[in-house]
Amino acid sequence: MSERTLYDKVWDRHAVKELPNGQTQLFVGLHLIHEVTSPQAFGMIEEKDLDVAYPDRTYATTDHIVPTHDLSRPFGDGQAEQMMQELEQNVKEYDIEFFDPDSGKQGIVHVIGPELGLTQPGMTIACGDSHTSTHGAFGNIGIGIGTSQIRDVLATQCIAMTKKDVRRIEWNGSLDTGVYAKDIVLKIIQELGVEGGIGYVYEYAGDTIEELGMEGRMSICNMSIEGGARAGYVNPDEKTYDWLEGREYAPTGDAWERAVEDWRSITSDPDAVYDDVVRFDADSLEPIVTWGINPGQSIGISETVPDPRDMESGDRATAEQALEHMDLEPGQMMKGVDVDVAFLGSCTNSRVSDLREAVRVIERMDGEVADGVRAFVVPGSQGVKRRAEEEGLDRVFESAGFGWRGAGCSMCLGMNPDQLEGRELCASSSNRNFIGRQGSKDGRTVLMSPAMVAAAAIEGEIVDVREVL
Amino acid sequence: MSEQVTPIRRIAGTAVPVRGDDIDTDRIVPARFLKEVTFDNMGEYAFYDARRSEDGSLNDHPFNHYTGANVLVVNENFGCGSSREHAPQALMRWGIEAVVGESFAEIFADNCTSLGVPTVTLPADDVEWIQDRVEEDPDVAVEVDVEDEEVRVGDRTFKADVDPQEREMLLQGIWDTTALMRSNMDLVEEVYERLPYTSGYEE
Repeated sequence: MSERTLYDKVWDRHAVKELPNGQTQLFVGLHLIHEVTSPQAFGMIEEKDLDVAYPDRTYATTDHIVPTHDLSRPFGDGQAEQMMQELEQNVKEYDIEFFDPDSGKQGIVHVIGPELGLTQPGMTIACGDSHTSTHGAFGNIGIGIGTSQIRDVLATQCIAMTKKDVRRIEWNGSLDTGVYAKDIVLKIIQELGVEGGIGYVYEYAGDTIEELGMEGRMSICNMSIEGGARAGYVNPDEKTYDWLEGREYAPTGDAWERAVEDWRSITSDPDAVYDDVVRFDADSLEPIVTWGINPGQSIGISETVPDPRDMESGDRATAEQALEHMDLEPGQMMKGVDVDVAFLGSCTNSRVSDLREAVRVIERMDGEVADGVRAFVVPGSQGVKRRAEEEGLDRVFESAGFGWRGAGCSMCLGMNPDQLEGRELCASSSNRNFIGRQGSKDGRTVLMSPAMVAAAAIEGEIVDVREVL
Repeated sequence: MSEQVTPIRRIAGTAVPVRGDDIDTDRIVPARFLKEVTFDNMGEYAFYDARRSEDGSLNDHPFNHYTGANVLVVNENFGCGSSREHAPQALMRWGIEAVVGESFAEIFADNCTSLGVPTVTLPADDVEWIQDRVEEDPDVAVEVDVEDEEVRVGDRTFKADVDPQEREMLLQGIWDTTALMRSNMDLVEEVYERLPYTSGYEE
């Protein structure tokens, strides 16, 4: 088992007691809830006549079902309206702070946590959403939980968990222009597999990771779960503290000094022991795109779609199904594949730096969205949206023919009106290319970086963004 | 003060094989069905799209044919993707009481345990043998033994693995962890008081 890693230190701080079944009762320092996975949990505590134990440690927002173009109430979708009303009632009844669309702070739960300074190093963070791993970019344990576990957190502020192994994933070297954090995490999943992280928490380290800004680190931690790892983190450093300082819920004054001192103490020790170490070289990394129906089925933009006949039996069956669904042939390149939709958003890539990079591509290409392509941008939060508008990014998007929307999860999972239709192929900055993920059971998703999405929108086909930058 | 619940030692019945690695939670329950505020109707949505042809008619998906089965037999990394408890809820409400497979995504397995649905792992060859056997004879008797960590199919017995903590929870009947953890609220309060950030790092 690992020793003296950040994971070990944070785990020890939050361990309440060993339970009779061998699991650990772990205190949850920050609990985030949204409209989709929480109503059933509130129902469960009501059924048991329990109260919320620590309402001051839970914060709510709405992201999955909110429309991104018309927020007038009631929502056009009756079910979405009902989910929203349930959340409104629950936060009121249990005295939970709620960042609703009128607050100016609403957005994707994994975008607003860090943005508001709620997400801090050294915490345990839980949310009924698998992408809670995102928060680990700040040096904490972020864990996605199911609804029964949300019930546990509401009733006890704890979850019952078994400690995982720690795998250190080290990246060294410099990223080429046009290659991003998204490509790093897609490469990790390509190499280690979508199930490779089961039983592990990932520590991302090395000079490449240290060079990245906080938003890039969030993109990487975000997709830990796509590689099977429940959580992923980066040790906090000066960039982490600089990014957090001054944010609404971050400590101030002397408390800030004490916080930073505390955060320095929870980083992995130089002689920390890991259960596994994997190393990657950033110098040779190129833009990565998926060709299949899970995030591990990907290739470099200069490579060709693999032949299922070259694979082992389990992988072969999934690959054959993937090629049939995607309508692709072994040996072809992804470069040049026509796109119908370009989606720039999601908890993976909807932050200001993502939008800035997309704008840089649009300006460099000096073009407009290709005929027949639906392209739109969904900022991760109302805060991101305001910031982007202050910088004039919205005007670049709109004049190039991109839709500029309100904040939410949107077409990452198609629970609001933003959905693929029929067999449309979407160049997407999101995290999952599962069959049916973007709202149409026949729809096709190709995952890539935000810059690659912008370039594909303008060209009308998948391109190598390095050629335009 | 933990609640009185029934331990789960063995589940006997018949099986339904669903083949394929990395079957994700979007396939188990498409996201559009997550807009219901209760789990009551989830059983109807299990594999909803996968069970239908392009014209909307039911296809040859196993969930259309093995009605009455209570043991699901799957391959690698089953339940990957989102944390939605709707996925195991849908399977459970369809009638599944145990899942046997090569491996499971973690959150999915946790969610199953929360519902008292065992997730039991076997080597790939054994899983494929069971899937073949059930396809030949859908009525073959299948038993998942959590206590002895075995899966029995007809007259064959396979050694299986159950996560030790999950096994304890099922055998002790304490997979509902709320009551268990509520008995330690004094210790929870100590941790809350001790953590520097719960007071905003104020002294």
